[in-house]
Amino acid sequence: MTPAESVAVVLWLGTMIYAVFGGADFGAGLWDLLTGNDRRGKAQRELIDRAVGPVWEANHTWLIFDLVILWSAFPGAFAAITSTLYLPLALAAVGIVLRGSGFAFRKLSLRLTGRRAFGLTFAVSSVVTPFFLGTVLGGIASGRVPQAGGGDPIVSWLNPTSIVIGLLAVAAGAYIAAAFLTADARRSAPTVVDAFRQRTFGAGVVAGGIAIAGLLVLRVDAPRLFEGLTGPGLPFVAGSVVAGSVSLALCVVSDARWTRAFAVTAVAMIVLGWGVAQYPLLLPPDLTIAAAAAPDGTLQALTVITVAAVAVIGPSLALLFWLQQHRRLESHPEGQALSREPRRPPP
Amino acid sequence: MAHLLALSMPLLAAATPADLVAARSQMALTLGFHIVLACLGVALPAIMLIAEARGLRRGDQDALLLARRWSSVVAVTFAVGAVSGTVLSFELGILWPGLMGQYGAAFGIPFAVEGIFFFVEAIFVAIYIYGWDRLSPLAHFLSGIPIAIAGLGGTVSVVAANAWMNQPAGFTMGADGRISEVRPLEVIFNGATWYEVPHMLLAAYMVTGFLLASVYAIGMLRGRRDAYTRLGFTIPFVVAAIAAPIQIAVGDVAAREIVKHQPAKFAAMELVTETGPQRPIVLGGILVDGEVRYGLEIPGLVSFLAGFDVNTVVIGLDQVPLDEQPPANVVHLAWDAMLACGFALLGLAAWFGLLRLRRRDPTESTWFLRGASIAGLLAIVAMEAGWIVTEVRRQPWIVWGRLRTADAVTAAGGIGISLAAVAILYLALGIATIVVLRALSRRWNDETISAGDLPYGPTGK
Repeated sequence: MTPAESVAVVLWLGTMIYAVFGGADFGAGLWDLLTGNDRRGKAQRELIDRAVGPVWEANHTWLIFDLVILWSAFPGAFAAITSTLYLPLALAAVGIVLRGSGFAFRKLSLRLTGRRAFGLTFAVSSVVTPFFLGTVLGGIASGRVPQAGGGDPIVSWLNPTSIVIGLLAVAAGAYIAAAFLTADARRSAPTVVDAFRQRTFGAGVVAGGIAIAGLLVLRVDAPRLFEGLTGPGLPFVAGSVVAGSVSLALCVVSDARWTRAFAVTAVAMIVLGWGVAQYPLLLPPDLTIAAAAAPDGTLQALTVITVAAVAVIGPSLALLFWLQQHRRLESHPEGQALSREPRRPPP
Repeated sequence: MAHLLALSMPLLAAATPADLVAARSQMALTLGFHIVLACLGVALPAIMLIAEARGLRRGDQDALLLARRWSSVVAVTFAVGAVSGTVLSFELGILWPGLMGQYGAAFGIPFAVEGIFFFVEAIFVAIYIYGWDRLSPLAHFLSGIPIAIAGLGGTVSVVAANAWMNQPAGFTMGADGRISEVRPLEVIFNGATWYEVPHMLLAAYMVTGFLLASVYAIGMLRGRRDAYTRLGFTIPFVVAAIAAPIQIAVGDVAAREIVKHQPAKFAAMELVTETGPQRPIVLGGILVDGEVRYGLEIPGLVSFLAGFDVNTVVIGLDQVPLDEQPPANVVHLAWDAMLACGFALLGLAAWFGLLRLRRRDPTESTWFLRGASIAGLLAIVAMEAGWIVTEVRRQPWIVWGRLRTADAVTAAGGIGISLAAVAILYLALGIATIVVLRALSRRWNDETISAGDLPYGPTGK
């Protein structure tokens, strides 16, 4: 593997991890939106709050990681993407601002009106942000970003492939989030286990349906990507279908841990399958990974940085998740104040 | 969808000079907003750890309560800082594709390093904030250490990227106009890194320390004179007061480096119009038709400061081609504003030190507290003015001597609309942040603090 290819692998792995963990965060916001009024949704929103609170900033950092790798290792491709897809990128950035700040502000707001307003901001932006990010990937994968940049600012992301991938990003996030929340609920909120189990199943079916319908759309709208996915990418596509089906079956028999594991696999396989399908291209239809790559000095630096990142961030993340799973991160400096807050029924 | 299309139509127009101004304004606005939160992200965890260490070692419950409350502030400011920082990385691509496309291979590297530090910070901020009462006191304290270290490393990385824009290094241009070779360590440790980094790091500690101290100074002026409030004032104020004199020295060294490497910048900062020895310093004043007006001149001082000799020859704006001159008035006034605020803060720090030397309690002096109550504002003004000096004096270059800002900006038009939208979004974000923090502070003030009422210290399980 050339240095450029190994950095491209890192890029795709980063995207895969962001699709899983970032997707789970966005999905949690979607369930926060759909979970009913203040009273009915209370237990579920508290679970979502506990599950997302300590990890969302770390999960979100994978996006930053991808951006810095992309602009350093493949600067021309980065500029081509941003000068073409600036509208969905700008909209996603707005969504990220509203989502993160809405979530943090809700946590510390005491009044019900404030909590509702910030909660709604958090939840709505959690739904639209992954859609816009998905349309960006769709524009790239369907070959609508010209090498030189400055492609069509509208059609590059409002096209059949982009819309399908945008919807898939939302649905897949909802699916993984529900699977994670079911597992979390079994430890700390038994009354809402069934609600999230049903949502896992429902979202899994929807995500699977969009993925399969999406393949048909790709066949017409992005035939080269379709060929790649049914050629070299086929093992991953098949793996995703199998993992998704297994997770749905496990969901029915209430095995939350393995449902979660297979749901994660199903989503991860799609991202990897896309990478394999378009190899050796970085920006279809013409720009290869090799041609887009920065000089060796940059690639070596990024390799060192990646190794350092794995060495430092790996154990740190493991510690974070371990502490969270063992319920050691459920306090909050304002926690006592929050629990004192009376929850009024909606007018 | 149709609505969205209609919204985006004006954006299809090509870029104009007005778009360049709008793009620069948007970058200035978002960076100027983020930098305040970045300062808090770098220095507040360290100050919070000082309080927690004191609380644990001396069993000081006031200090523990302060650490705990400051960590609530960190929860808000870190979240807003994280998202406003993400906006900046999107903007680097959206607004300046010419910069990233041509120089990303070199300029991007420090940001990749920063990614690791930011990641570590995000992880341990979460452990620290959510770990109160759940981790043993020592484990909880230790979980804060990586935050402070990551803040340091993150500052080094990001400021190294900015320094690189001032003194680009560590790369070779190929015949095709693309970078053909990159030497990463030379990129990161370029000629401006070593003086820009400490300047910003100290600024972060000054902004955070003085800002936090201001809050408690106002509390004391309003009659809250308990030990808790005094400690809440003293810890951050002492941190900032230690940083202030070092900052002036570092800034002085930095200015002389600029004389050496970017004389056009220095000429604009000091409004030196003509090259020569015995150049005067101009306090205030603006350039009208090439003449300095309304300023207070001190003969020979610029020459003396530039080379410790009044006969030092200082390059003036007359040596700089017109199309390579930065907008001198903006640079000069921002420079003077930074210096004025910086020296005012130094004076305040000295006042505090003198009172302490004479065994007097500075917090007993109403006039001192009045000064301290605006120290946070002064520190923010100084830092923002400093960034205006750094960024505007580099114009018309985005990469000094290599790439003009006008050639780096996106070709997509309609940036004015984007700027307006961002201004509204950030106004709302800023107001919401302040409202939430004020609500927190009101709640804390309402809670009675007594030695008997202490569910707060981290208690192991």
